[in-house]
Amino acid sequence: VSDRLADVAAGRLLLDDEGRRHVEQCLRCQAEVVQYRKLFRAMRSLRTEVIDPAPGLVADVLAAIEEAGERRALHDLLAGRRVAYLGGIAAATAAAGGAIALAARSRRRFHLAG
Amino acid sequence: MTESVDDVLAPLVAAAREGDDAAFDDLVRATYAETYTLAYRLTGNDDDARDVVQEAYLRAYRGLRRFRGDARFTTWMYRITANCATTHLGRRRKHRHDELTEDLAVLDEHVGRSPEARLDAADLRHRLQEALATLPPKLRTVVVLRDVYDLPHEAIAAELGISETAAKVRLHRARKRLRADLYPVTSEERARAV
Repeated sequence: VSDRLADVAAGRLLLDDEGRRHVEQCLRCQAEVVQYRKLFRAMRSLRTEVIDPAPGLVADVLAAIEEAGERRALHDLLAGRRVAYLGGIAAATAAAGGAIALAARSRRRFHLAG
Repeated sequence: MTESVDDVLAPLVAAAREGDDAAFDDLVRATYAETYTLAYRLTGNDDDARDVVQEAYLRAYRGLRRFRGDARFTTWMYRITANCATTHLGRRRKHRHDELTEDLAVLDEHVGRSPEARLDAADLRHRLQEALATLPPKLRTVVVLRDVYDLPHEAIAAELGISETAAKVRLHRARKRLRADLYPVTSEERARAV
């Protein structure tokens, strides 16, 4: 039972009949439940408490984010240029291929006509 | 009807996800104190907490496009902060607080008044913070995320890279140690138990 008392105190577990009968008769278990209840109440009260950091934290964080933003922008810029560059190569290759195909077809026509 | 913090933050989150850096800066300004508080509770000191906060916001900035709009931004930040704190503390490996646990227990035994008499809410809170600081980081992280910030076991396990079972075991140990620190067994009680 002792291992489950914290969850019982937190309201996340209901003991079975046997466990309940034990706690009803055991002063040590009852004291443990009370102590856990106080502990959880104090833990929950910490949730609303805000610890103020020393000045300068926000400025440091914003500076780090700005730097990361610049790096991201640069990366996007370079990636954009790379895409444009690769796109240019692809277009040029396609154009060259088309020209070769066209030339080959014209040569074949010329050959057949001759 | 009052708006929750996350309702207020929602337009900023949406703008920041679209690449509006100014909106992200506003998100930082609106949430840094809470993020710092969690980082401080997890690391136990200002220097580490500041490093963790900086790293957490950088990760959030880089990952914001992957953030699901249906989740709460504050909860998402808690998870990132917990993850950063674990990584940060893991790097240090040295658990300098462990040795203090014994001292605290001895101190408690020598105070004249009974523990119950001293446990009014403010005192308990103060002592709880001291007890939390003496917990090994692995235990402290789990108990703070579960019992202070109410994160589910599943989320805690995911952020710490452990199984849910391991998270539950750590939680159990942490609670047990906190209770033992806050309510030490007096010599009289120990003698009665023998």
